Amino acid sequence: MAGTIVIKNGYVFDPLNEIKGEIMDIFVQDGKVVTGLSAAELKTGTFIDAFGKTVMPGGVDSHSHVAGSKVNAGRVMRPEDHYKATIQKTSLLHSGSGYTVPSVYKQGYDYAAMGYTTVFEAAIPPLEARHTHEEMRATPILDMGGYLELGNNFFVMRYLREGDIWRAAAYVSWMMKTHKTYGVKCVNPAGVENWGWGKNVSSLDEANIHFEITPREIIKGLSEINECLGMPMPLHLHANNLGHPGCYTIAKESLKIPDVIKPRQNMEVEWAEIKMNPAKNRSVYLAHLMFNSFAGTTWADLESGVKELAGYINNKDHVVIDSGCVPFGEATTMTGDGPAIHDIYTLTGNKWSNKDVEMECGSGVLPFTYLKSNPVHSVQWAMGLECLLLINDPWKTIMTTDSPNGGPFTKYPEVMTWLMSEAYRKQTLSECHKWANDRSEIGGVRRELSLYDLAILTRANPARTIGMAHRKGSLGVGADGDITIYNINPQQLDPNNYEALLRTFRKVEYTIKGGEIVVAKGEVVSIPEKRTYYSEVHVEDEKEKEMLADVKEWFRYYTLGFANYQTPKKYLANPTPIQVNGKR
Amino acid sequence: MVFKNIVCPACGAACDDIQVELGDGTIETKNACKIGNVKFKEIVSSHRLRQPLINKGGRLIPVPWDEALEKATYILTSAKRPLLFLGSEISCEAHEAGLHIGEYLGAVVDSNTSIYHGPTVMGVQEAGKVGATEGQKKNRCDLIVYWGTNPLESIPRQMSRYEVFPRGYWTKRGRFDRIIITLDPRKTLTTEASDFHVQLTPNSDYELISALLTLLHGKIPHPSVEEITGVPISAMEELLYMMKNCNFGFISIGLGLSSSIGKHRNAEIVMNFVKEINKFTKFALGVIHAHCNVAGFNQVASYMYGYPFGLDFTRGYPRFNPGEFTTVDMLREKDVDAALVVCSDLISNLPADCATYLAEIPLICLDIVPCPTTVISDIVLPGVIDAMECDGTFYRQDDVPVYFEPFTGSPFEFTKSNEDTLRQLFAKIRKTK
Repeated sequence: MAGTIVIKNGYVFDPLNEIKGEIMDIFVQDGKVVTGLSAAELKTGTFIDAFGKTVMPGGVDSHSHVAGSKVNAGRVMRPEDHYKATIQKTSLLHSGSGYTVPSVYKQGYDYAAMGYTTVFEAAIPPLEARHTHEEMRATPILDMGGYLELGNNFFVMRYLREGDIWRAAAYVSWMMKTHKTYGVKCVNPAGVENWGWGKNVSSLDEANIHFEITPREIIKGLSEINECLGMPMPLHLHANNLGHPGCYTIAKESLKIPDVIKPRQNMEVEWAEIKMNPAKNRSVYLAHLMFNSFAGTTWADLESGVKELAGYINNKDHVVIDSGCVPFGEATTMTGDGPAIHDIYTLTGNKWSNKDVEMECGSGVLPFTYLKSNPVHSVQWAMGLECLLLINDPWKTIMTTDSPNGGPFTKYPEVMTWLMSEAYRKQTLSECHKWANDRSEIGGVRRELSLYDLAILTRANPARTIGMAHRKGSLGVGADGDITIYNINPQQLDPNNYEALLRTFRKVEYTIKGGEIVVAKGEVVSIPEKRTYYSEVHVEDEKEKEMLADVKEWFRYYTLGFANYQTPKKYLANPTPIQVNGKR
Repeated sequence: MVFKNIVCPACGAACDDIQVELGDGTIETKNACKIGNVKFKEIVSSHRLRQPLINKGGRLIPVPWDEALEKATYILTSAKRPLLFLGSEISCEAHEAGLHIGEYLGAVVDSNTSIYHGPTVMGVQEAGKVGATEGQKKNRCDLIVYWGTNPLESIPRQMSRYEVFPRGYWTKRGRFDRIIITLDPRKTLTTEASDFHVQLTPNSDYELISALLTLLHGKIPHPSVEEITGVPISAMEELLYMMKNCNFGFISIGLGLSSSIGKHRNAEIVMNFVKEINKFTKFALGVIHAHCNVAGFNQVASYMYGYPFGLDFTRGYPRFNPGEFTTVDMLREKDVDAALVVCSDLISNLPADCATYLAEIPLICLDIVPCPTTVISDIVLPGVIDAMECDGTFYRQDDVPVYFEPFTGSPFEFTKSNEDTLRQLFAKIRKTK
């Protein structure tokens, strides 16, 4: 029977249920985890002997650039990235190409081969949401969703400036429904609007041109709106001044703003059985901390500012971060932060694409190579790992490379191994420019993550952070039957043997999605159905009506009519709305 | 019946404010330009292809749908290396279906970009494109440069909807808030409507942009550039002064740039110029697409397989090498042995040698009206008109996806849309091969 499977005798790591490597059997029926199966069902279902192997929930990536206009701009402008990485068509699989910006089929297979089953796109420009959904629909295997860029939106800025927070909230809820997106993203608030005039903002209290609103007001406003509406996840913030020496101070100040806001999650979903309280407990989710943590004043005296930020986060409970690690090698930087990419262009002279989106946001794309011999890149490598090692509570951290900004997601095995093995870090440190050691704390860090910690960083916490723990990131009864099996025996785990770790992380023993085996020994063997999640947020009809009258009036500044603005459901693969009740 | 907010399938502007009144055998449009209006008339035109045809002894004879599909399947499956040319008048959904067929057959799949704005896309691959959506121009732009293009005649509503005349947020006075400069060797309606016309010598675009870049970097170009381009250095300085001192500048490039001598290098250097001038003021660049969904194929092919046009699947994985795997080159070298041409009068746009060879090999054509390509085809499949008779997606020339809904249904019982036709064809191909 499809979607029915039993996994026997594996060492199970399920942090949301506080299971730390106990030998257990996992049963899945019709795609969901169940307590057990009858003898008849056991006969027809699939059986996997996981003795001596590690069993975890399927991987969840909560911040990755995998679909949409800027990702595709990267593909169009980088044929050189595609020549060297290709896959053959088979009777089951499509062909594809691309290393840092792979084509959608390759992307889906590559993620699954590493044990990932859920991936959320980090930034969706509203006007181009149809494009993002088209690509997500075409990406095989993975369950997906994405965050809507709202930090420089004309309507949001105007309503917040006027102090009309409820109108802004009604607008945000309407936009979520209109574009079928999942969470609120805020990229370089106030700064990207200034980029419309070739400028940026440099401090939290600098008002932007015309709208005269400051980053502080936007961050405060959007996080209040986010909690008023009871969104599944905290405000996803990409702080101002990103990627510049000294930017850690502005990041720290930005994190202080939502400190006073109480997290509120009000969604109607069926929860899987979870031992921990999985409800939202953070009010801000900071993206790619590494890029926000540069200390120093110029590139010449650059050093890591992670220690400072980690100290702040260790003392506070309202922040969760993802790392944005740099695993060295080829990357393609891409972000909604247009001016930040322009600054990398002036620094490197590489080819550069930019796309401003009318009334909403912007974006930039630029190919980049991180070298071990480069002092700054070496520090960035160290900083990425510091983000995950200096913050003590793993429930405040998520492992990413901000793919493909720090490096492509296919380098996750390296990052996992650096986190688990001090020996591997020392080995890489010895190959790096000395700045990596001199200007960061990494050389003195003895911490080695356990498999349990790793399960938190790559599954449990991303799922919990984005409010998907009701069905993802755990193996509790009722959760989706998404499971990864690594060929690692935790009893014999030797972090010093990092070559073996790298091998096992690169090609998982099994990836199971919805109870179906998708990957066996690193090879994709089936393409199951996938879903797209989005938040259907409800506010009072009156509020929405009043807001819409104003929005329609302002639509004359768009070049697309109001009637043709929305993203129809046909752009989504198995659209799965999450009902969010924003009524007061 | 009257339908509003209809998307026009004629050119890259993808206007979405067309009003259509459909009567019995008649159609009236409002807001459509002269090109769009003619396009909408196709739906009731008497010469519309209304049934599948097969070439028998030089004459196109009507045949049942299944027979036409079977024959098409036979041609494609018995070819060693077919060429699939997916035109720009079809939806992205149809492009997707066509690409799947191409991948399955190990074919070469190409689109209008290849013989049209291909050099511009190659310029993007060399330099990157600093662009913006049309609304950025409407709301902010106070200086517009048209380079090698005549939008008043090729995309009649481009100026009124997006770039020159609209009253945007910071451009409340419309045309009066903008300076228009056109660089074109010819005198056209656009040059007449501009504030400044720089009439450069044909094929001297590269030299002129190089000189502007040199000036931008604070140096004086070699005096010979005046003779080569026909533009005095003092005029170049004046031009650059205006560009550097605007608030939001925009360069719209057309085929005049990327199809004159220098080709993709022209596109590359103008893109490099835009990158560099961003150190002084805000500038962006866009492409004028006189055909509807050209941008759509580039986007779809890139996200599905990694390359924007000219994809070769012969080895089971996508390969890209313009000049080798592109339509003209494949035909010139006689490297393909059958072809499927979808909604594009390909033969009228090919060099004579290529057209001759295309006429020699088995050819299947899917189109809405008779054209030179249907005349030489072995099989003609009647097309459904996207945006009128079926829904789907177009990408506007600024790469913004536009979802369109039809105001009437497919006139055929055997197919709902061109996407449907290609999917039916694919199903038959899979059964055979």
